[in-house]
Amino acid sequence: MKSFTQLNGLAVPLMRSNVDTDAIIPKQFLKSIKRSGFGVNLFDEWRYLDAGFPGQDSSTRQPNPDFVLNVDRYKGAQVLIAGENFGCGSSREHAVWALDDFGFRTVIAPGFADIFNNNSFKSGLLPIVLDKEIVEALAAECEASEGYKLDIDLKAQTVTTPSGQVHSFEVDSFRKDCLLNGFDDIELTLQQRYRIEEYEETRRKNAPWLFDTPA
Amino acid sequence: MAGKTLYDKVWDAHVVNQQEDGTVLLYIDRHLVHEVTSPQAFEGLQLAGRKPWRTSSMLAVADHNVPTTDRANGIEDPISRLQVETLDANCETFGVTEFKMNDLRQGIVHVIGPEQGATLPGMTVVCGDSHTSTHGAFGALAFGIGTSEVEHVMATQTLLQKKSRNMLISVDGAVGPGVTAKDIVLAIIGKIGTAGGNGCTIEFGGEAIHALSMEGRMSVCNMAIEAGARAGMIAVDDTTIDYLKGRPFAPKGETWDKAREAWLDLKSDDDAIFDEVVTLNAADIEPQVSWGTSPEMVASVNAHVPNPAADEYANKREGYERALEYMDLEAESPLTDIKLDRVFIGSCTNSRIEDLRAAAAVIKDRKVADSIKQALVVPGSGLVKQQAEKEGLDKLFIDAGFEWREPGCSMCLAMNADRLESGERCASTSNRNFEGRQGQGGRTHLVSPAMAAAAAIAGHFVDVRHF
Ligand code: SF4
Repeated sequence: MKSFTQLNGLAVPLMRSNVDTDAIIPKQFLKSIKRSGFGVNLFDEWRYLDAGFPGQDSSTRQPNPDFVLNVDRYKGAQVLIAGENFGCGSSREHAVWALDDFGFRTVIAPGFADIFNNNSFKSGLLPIVLDKEIVEALAAECEASEGYKLDIDLKAQTVTTPSGQVHSFEVDSFRKDCLLNGFDDIELTLQQRYRIEEYEETRRKNAPWLFDTPA
Repeated sequence: MAGKTLYDKVWDAHVVNQQEDGTVLLYIDRHLVHEVTSPQAFEGLQLAGRKPWRTSSMLAVADHNVPTTDRANGIEDPISRLQVETLDANCETFGVTEFKMNDLRQGIVHVIGPEQGATLPGMTVVCGDSHTSTHGAFGALAFGIGTSEVEHVMATQTLLQKKSRNMLISVDGAVGPGVTAKDIVLAIIGKIGTAGGNGCTIEFGGEAIHALSMEGRMSVCNMAIEAGARAGMIAVDDTTIDYLKGRPFAPKGETWDKAREAWLDLKSDDDAIFDEVVTLNAADIEPQVSWGTSPEMVASVNAHVPNPAADEYANKREGYERALEYMDLEAESPLTDIKLDRVFIGSCTNSRIEDLRAAAAVIKDRKVADSIKQALVVPGSGLVKQQAEKEGLDKLFIDAGFEWREPGCSMCLAMNADRLESGERCASTSNRNFEGRQGQGGRTHLVSPAMAAAAAIAGHFVDVRHF
C-alpha cells in the first residue's frame, strides 16, 4: 500500500453535503477491470458539460467552467476540503481510486461515510475529520486566498494553515501505523494464520453448517 | 453486567483476535462476489501469488452489467461483456461457485444469497456492495466492503474491523393497510437522515418489523446503508426459520435441528443496552415518495414538496434548493401532481416475489397510462421470475402494458442498457435517488412496488390506499 506521512498541498473547497460515490465516479466507469485511470472521470457529471462514457478521448470533452476543479488557481490541488457525510452511497473503491488518480492525497471533512473511510485507508488516501466549523473556516480561507496550501502531518496528527493555526485530528492508531509505513495488511493478517486456523477448527465443531455448503 | 445485543452476539462469535487498540480480526463466513468490484481483487490475489482461503465460503454472480432483454446473443456492450467474462474466468481459475448469466438461479446478488439459503442466521456476510446490509434480515451481520477488503477476505477469510455502536430503531404498533416495508424504511430515513446511522449497526425491532415477511425485512435492512449504517439486523424468529427450511444451501437433517436451536437465541437480551434508540409509531407511517436527490428527502404521498425558504429548513436550505432545481419541482406543489415518464419495478430492495405480487394486485385489469414511455418489471432472480410466471403475474403485467424482463440490477443504476434519458422522471422501487443514478440527468422518485404500479396506471403519483 502507498504510504502517507507528510504533505504540503494546495487545497480546493467542495462544500456540498452528502457528496455520494455516484457523483465522485459515475457507474459507467466502473466497467473497467483495472485499478487506475479513473482520474479523468472524477466528478464527471459536474466537471464536464457533455456526457461521459468509458474509452472516450478526454481532450474532446467540454469542461464545465463553473466547476471548482476546472478553475485555474486550483490546478494541481492535493487536499480536498469537503462537506458532511462525504463518500456516502455505494461501496465502490473506484471513488477513492479516482480521487487518488486525480492527485488528491487527503480529504478533510466534518465526517465520512463508513465504507468510503475504510476504502481510503486501504488505498493511501488520508481521510481527516475536523469539526464542521473548522472545515468551514478552512474552506472560506481557501476561497479567499489564492495558492492556499495546508500542511498535513500524519505522525503529529495535525493540519496547519498558512497563517500557522494548528488543528489536531484523531486517527485510529493501527490505521495510522499502516498508512505511515505503507504496510500490506493482507501480509500482516497472514502472520496470524495460526489464529485463523484455530478459530476455524473450533467453529467447525460448534457450527458445522457454516462450513459444509453444497457445490 | 448488561445483556448483549444481537449485534454484540454475532460480533463476539466471530472475533479471531483483538488488538490493544480495539481493532478486531473478524472471521467471515460468507463472501458474495459480483463482477464490478471483484476483478481488481482477483488480480491482486494473483499478482501476490495467493489463493482464496476457503472457496466454499464464496458464491459469485454477475448482476450489474447483464442485459435484461433476450440473452441468447450474450452481452452487446464490449466493456460490460469483458467484465462479466472476467468474473467467469476468475471463478473458473480459483474454483469459485458461480451462477452464470443463463443459469436459472442467476439474479441480483442480494436476492440470490437468501433465496439459496446461502445467507444464514448468525453468519458474517460480506460483499463488495453496499447493499449487503440486506442479509441482516436473517439475524446475520452483513455489510458492504471495498475492493481491497474483498481481496483481504479472499486471502485471509477475515477482515480488520472496529466495532460499531449499537442503535435500535423500534417501529411500534401496526402499520395501516397499503403501507409496506419500503414505506417503513423510507420513513425511518426521513426521520434520522442519511447520516443518522453513521458509525452504528442498526437493529430494527418493534411489532411492525416483526410482523413483516422475510421479503419485507430484506427491504428494510437493504436500506440501512441509506441511513448511513453499514449494517442493519433483525432478530431471528419463526418467520426466519420457516423461510430457510429446505433451501439448497441451508443445513439438513440433524444439523438443521442443531442450527435451528442456536439461531433462536439470535436476538437482543432483554437487558441489553443500546447506545441510541429511535422510536417510530407505525400507525403514523403513510405511503412514501422521495422528492429530492437523497433518500432522506422523502415525504408522505399526501404531502407537498417542501419550501426551502421555510424557517424549519434553515440549515438544509442549500441542499434542498439544489435538489428541487435538479428534480425540476416547484416548492409547495402536491406530490400527487408529479407526472412520470418511466416506472421501474425491480432492484435488490423490491424485486422479490412478494413485491411483484403487490404490484400485480394493483394493476390487475388496468392499463399503464399513455403518457408513460416505459414501465419495466425486472425480477430479482431467475427463480423469482419463474415463480411469478407460474402464478401468471407476467401476463398481468404484460396485459397492463409493462415490459417483463430478465433478472439483474437494470435501471437501479443503469450500468446496462436500461436507463433514463436526461430530464426524464421515474417512479422507482430501488434505493437511491442520487443525481444521475438512473442515467445522467435522470430524476428518480423512490416508492414501494404498489405505489410504483399505481403511478404507472395513473401517470402521476397517487395514494395507493385510495386507488
Ligand atoms: S439492484 Fe441496485 S442497489 Fe442492488 S446491488 Fe444492484 S445496483 Fe446495487
